[in-house]
Amino acid sequence: MGDLITALVIVAIGIGGLIAVLGGLYWLTRLFPTRWSERAKILIFLLPASVLMIVGLVVPAIRTVYVSLLDNNSKKFLGLDNYHEIFTTAGTRLTVINSLTWVLVGTTVTVIVGLAVARFADGMRGEKAAKSAIFIPGAVSLVGAGVIWRFVYDGPPFKVGLLNQVTKSLPGLPNSLGGDGLRSWFIERGLAGITPPSNAPGFNTFLLIVIFIWASAGFATVIFSAAIKGVPDSLIEAAKVDGATNRQAFYKVTMPYIRATIITVATTTTIAGLKAFDIIAATTGGNFGTSTIANQFFVTKFVQGRDGLGSALAVVIFILVIPVVVLNRRAQRRAEELMAA
Amino acid sequence: MTIADNSVQVLITPLAEMKTADTVMGGEPMGRSISATLSSRTGRWLVYGLVFFWTIPTFGLFVSSFRPELAVKTTGWWSMFLHPSVTLDNYRTVLSSAPGNENLAHFFLNSLKITIPATLFSVGIALLAAYAFSWMKFKGRDWLFVAVVALLMVPLQMALIPLLRLFTHGAHIGSITIIPYLHLNNSASAIWIAHSAFGMPFCIFILKNFVSSLPREIIEAARVDGAGHATVFMRLIVPLTVPAIASLSIFQFMWIWNDYLVGKVFGGTRNVPLTAHLAEMTGTRGQSWQLLTAAGMIAMILPLIVFFALQRYFVRGLLAGSVKG
Repeated sequence: MGDLITALVIVAIGIGGLIAVLGGLYWLTRLFPTRWSERAKILIFLLPASVLMIVGLVVPAIRTVYVSLLDNNSKKFLGLDNYHEIFTTAGTRLTVINSLTWVLVGTTVTVIVGLAVARFADGMRGEKAAKSAIFIPGAVSLVGAGVIWRFVYDGPPFKVGLLNQVTKSLPGLPNSLGGDGLRSWFIERGLAGITPPSNAPGFNTFLLIVIFIWASAGFATVIFSAAIKGVPDSLIEAAKVDGATNRQAFYKVTMPYIRATIITVATTTTIAGLKAFDIIAATTGGNFGTSTIANQFFVTKFVQGRDGLGSALAVVIFILVIPVVVLNRRAQRRAEELMAA
Repeated sequence: MTIADNSVQVLITPLAEMKTADTVMGGEPMGRSISATLSSRTGRWLVYGLVFFWTIPTFGLFVSSFRPELAVKTTGWWSMFLHPSVTLDNYRTVLSSAPGNENLAHFFLNSLKITIPATLFSVGIALLAAYAFSWMKFKGRDWLFVAVVALLMVPLQMALIPLLRLFTHGAHIGSITIIPYLHLNNSASAIWIAHSAFGMPFCIFILKNFVSSLPREIIEAARVDGAGHATVFMRLIVPLTVPAIASLSIFQFMWIWNDYLVGKVFGGTRNVPLTAHLAEMTGTRGQSWQLLTAAGMIAMILPLIVFFALQRYFVRGLLAGSVKG
């Protein structure tokens, strides 16, 4: 407890100091001629944020790009060799493929679940409780989510994983589907006797993606709910007068109306999927062919100490984010034009 | 203003729906008879099914955390309802600071020590910048703001390694020291700085949207009456922005509390947050299942309280900030 108090005192001093410095500088601006004093004031308001962003974000990002072109001791210039290595070495190539799987499967299912809950819970009894239940996983940390799901997926020596207990109780399941209740779901890449090739995501990766969907769907639900409640009743009423069924009204009126929101949620989920790290770290640690780019970045840099390759992996995440944002922008614009028409 | 406003829309469409935020979780909208009938019986059962599937894993952990070690390891948590045996031993053990125990209380305090200041710093500093971007006139303002928005795209992995290097070595060009080595590595202050820097574009973006939509007449009237920027900021902007500050602070708080990567990289061993220690436990204490349950629940308790107590603000912040990445 004393620890916390010390920390808070330091913070109070820090904040007080910052205010004193900025206030002092601000007071000094009155000594300048009017034109310069205005400029100095602008600078003071922007100074702390600019310093933080330049020192903590801009310069480091540029340096990461630079280091990604060097060898792992940051001595020798290698050009694009690190990138070449990522896409030609089987292990790292699988992490890229896994990340793309996370994005495709994770985002698609998250959006569908979010839309389904937002649509069907709208106006139903217990709507609030239902949405809270879906949202709760999104409020806890992804590490916590990983721990929760270990109790579902873990196999021997843990004897009572939920999934194993369920598959065991289903009659007629072969052992390769957990029929004996002794399957190691995190470790085994194959399913029902089929083993995916080494350059394809294993079944265990899909189980991890389920955790991601479980954690992200609440966010999608909340945003979609807001959007669906924003659709003017008159539009749906008109469609119904014209003889549309509920389903038709949803697909022909509601969906187009909230199109821009769907795109935004898809973008956000995609970016979150590309950064998938916490869930993996708390469950498989990236072993058994489940690593993603973001997890591989951590392992490469902080476990293996390879700066060049680690930086290149970080840059690959960035490069994958850019087209997502650009596509999002384009689709957004088209959605706006549709709305205007 | 057009450049800035256009690119803002790249990332932030749902802002338009913010006004409905309060009814989102509330579920008691008025005059919703039509859309209410859109929800069919099959649809309702689908929702019930999803709610069940979504709740079971967390519920299992919750129940397990109160079961004795032997029971956790040999029978499923559901058998608790047939053979009830409840204990607080798991919590006692993980919270205890005795040698060999997890001392989670220490890491819980670490998380508070990281989260509260980092939230204060990022929101406060971003508010200053948001005012400058909204109500101070200078050349290149729109372009500068576009640059800030563009930084939202940079994944924090891009900045992690060099920033760590800065904390452990300082910054030098040749033999000239630009930033000296400040002994910040493995301290809470390193994590504050990292979180504030990484969160800055997002905070500025959200606050700028809010601050720039404040009524122009009020601020101009104050300026005409001779109030300087500092007075306008303290007397008008801060009080009028309280709703946005509240939402953003809660959002930042949850974000930082739940963060793992930044805390782990900059926290060393003693100063890491709860999440990092929990992840560590899954490796080193992988077979102490009964302890993992209690530790998992402790890591979750604060976010859950915040979520239930401040749901309205949190959801509002979420709607405004659907871009956080």
